[in-house]
Amino acid sequence: MTLSGDYETVIGLEVHVELKTASKIFCSCSTSFGAEPNTQVCPICSGFPGMLPVLNHKVVDYAIKVGLALNCEIAEFCKFDRKNYFYPDLPKAFQISQYDLPICKNGYLDIDINGDKRRIRITRIHMEEDAGKLVHQGDITTTPFSLVDLNRSGVPLLEIVSEPDMRSGAEARAYMEKLRSILLFTGVSDCKMQEGSLRCDANVSVRPRGQRELGVKTEIKNMNSFRAVEKAIDYEAKRQMEALEYGEEIIQETRTWDEEKQVTRSMRSKEEAHDYRYFPEPDLPPLKITPEWIEEIQASLPEMPDQARGRLMEQYGLSEYDASIITQSPDYLAFFDECLRNYSNAKTVANWMMGELSRLLNQNNMEISECLVKPEDLIKLLGLIDNGTISGKMAKTVFEEMFAGGKKPELIIKEKGMEQISDEGTLKAVIEEVVANNQKVLQDYKNGKKKAFGFFVGQVMKATKGQADPSAVNKLLRERLDK
Amino acid sequence: MISIREVEHVALLARLSLSEKEKEIFAEQLSTILDYINKLNELDTDGVEPLYHILPIYNIFREDEVKTGTSREDILANAPQVEEGQYKVPKII
Repeated sequence: MTLSGDYETVIGLEVHVELKTASKIFCSCSTSFGAEPNTQVCPICSGFPGMLPVLNHKVVDYAIKVGLALNCEIAEFCKFDRKNYFYPDLPKAFQISQYDLPICKNGYLDIDINGDKRRIRITRIHMEEDAGKLVHQGDITTTPFSLVDLNRSGVPLLEIVSEPDMRSGAEARAYMEKLRSILLFTGVSDCKMQEGSLRCDANVSVRPRGQRELGVKTEIKNMNSFRAVEKAIDYEAKRQMEALEYGEEIIQETRTWDEEKQVTRSMRSKEEAHDYRYFPEPDLPPLKITPEWIEEIQASLPEMPDQARGRLMEQYGLSEYDASIITQSPDYLAFFDECLRNYSNAKTVANWMMGELSRLLNQNNMEISECLVKPEDLIKLLGLIDNGTISGKMAKTVFEEMFAGGKKPELIIKEKGMEQISDEGTLKAVIEEVVANNQKVLQDYKNGKKKAFGFFVGQVMKATKGQADPSAVNKLLRERLDK
Repeated sequence: MISIREVEHVALLARLSLSEKEKEIFAEQLSTILDYINKLNELDTDGVEPLYHILPIYNIFREDEVKTGTSREDILANAPQVEEGQYKVPKII
């Protein structure tokens, strides 16, 4: 008997995405990442008394854009509120956020899970400011101090809250990946989980299968990759099921994902802390969003991942799986589209992008935009395979070199002397030599040991340092050995 | 009537430490204030739009332009403790 058969996991996600505006949400400080601590700050984002926030127009444009991309209703009227709590990274002791009148609500996105389409509803999207960053000095368990950097304080965020519509870590991961690709296509964020521009908290509960009412939930934080989201949720669900089996009660609390130990750990009990005493922000006048404004943003929405996927399947006959990988980000799709402008075999381009290119990008932790291999280089390489200059196998070596140094494929092939040998005269001479040196094996072959054929192929390839055209070798060897 | 428990809850949220005597005083004073404010509930507000902001203005924006902020030296000038260009505070986990 497995526990997961008796219980159902229920997951809702709260996603924070940092918007790629030049300046902060309520002041003109820069939002750029990685600056020296406290060098992008002013009295407003440092919470000095008497300072007044003024809303960045672009933040509202971006919020509407994301709302439309996620099929939300856009509020005609919305306002900001103060969320009150004490924490050293929050200099005003309140966060300007939106409470009862968020800018977007009632949206959804569709995910594919093992070929099934699932619709995950989005409850709401609201605008808010990010907090600063706490850096712990030395060993976190022993140091008595933290250092506060307010560069991030006031960076615009959207919080995207889903309904509890997900049922497994894999679904939550699929939701995050889909959400990321939609956000990337809208161009509002660079969505880097490692740098914290895309963050996710998960509300997880379990209930006996068939029960309507939700179980007690815990909130999981500190999941810094898609993989971590999936692992942490599956771990937490299993922990809760086991606790219930032992008759223990689930405590509503915040838990942190420990990447190293692959467990969730209790951070703090939420019972008392949950009273944020929201009230309307008096320093910011409310917003009225006109249909014209919404139409203008709607008109600026580019092709979204689902549309692009449909296009790739229809136009190039790609499988749904291939098309969804290619449409994971606008940069990926642009690379593909660019290749297809001067090269006709879509499936080959897709295979190379999903194979070698993705492998090397992942291995080097790089984005496709940072890649030294450009679309014209890839199709050049594909052309060289097509016309027999190099074998597919050698092309992989060439590609690695292109990836590492940005050199053009023809140059690499020339420098390394990698051109494929398909000249029959040259190959025949090699074959004669190999045969002459292996008379015994030849005899075995003639006596019916057909496996020996592979031996000869191997010897020819070895003699030509792998440069012989395999199909030509096969053909010529057969002619020679079977005569 | 505001209970002592409610006073303790609000005091905790505001990080205030109150003596037993103060808790009693504040329970009474807070009750008086709330009773006074409650007078507003006697008004008939049927058909009155809720007011979210005291001024009848909307959509006040700035454009997304970066301006140089305050120097680190100036911004940290009044911090009780500074280290490595940052505010130094007691650790909170």
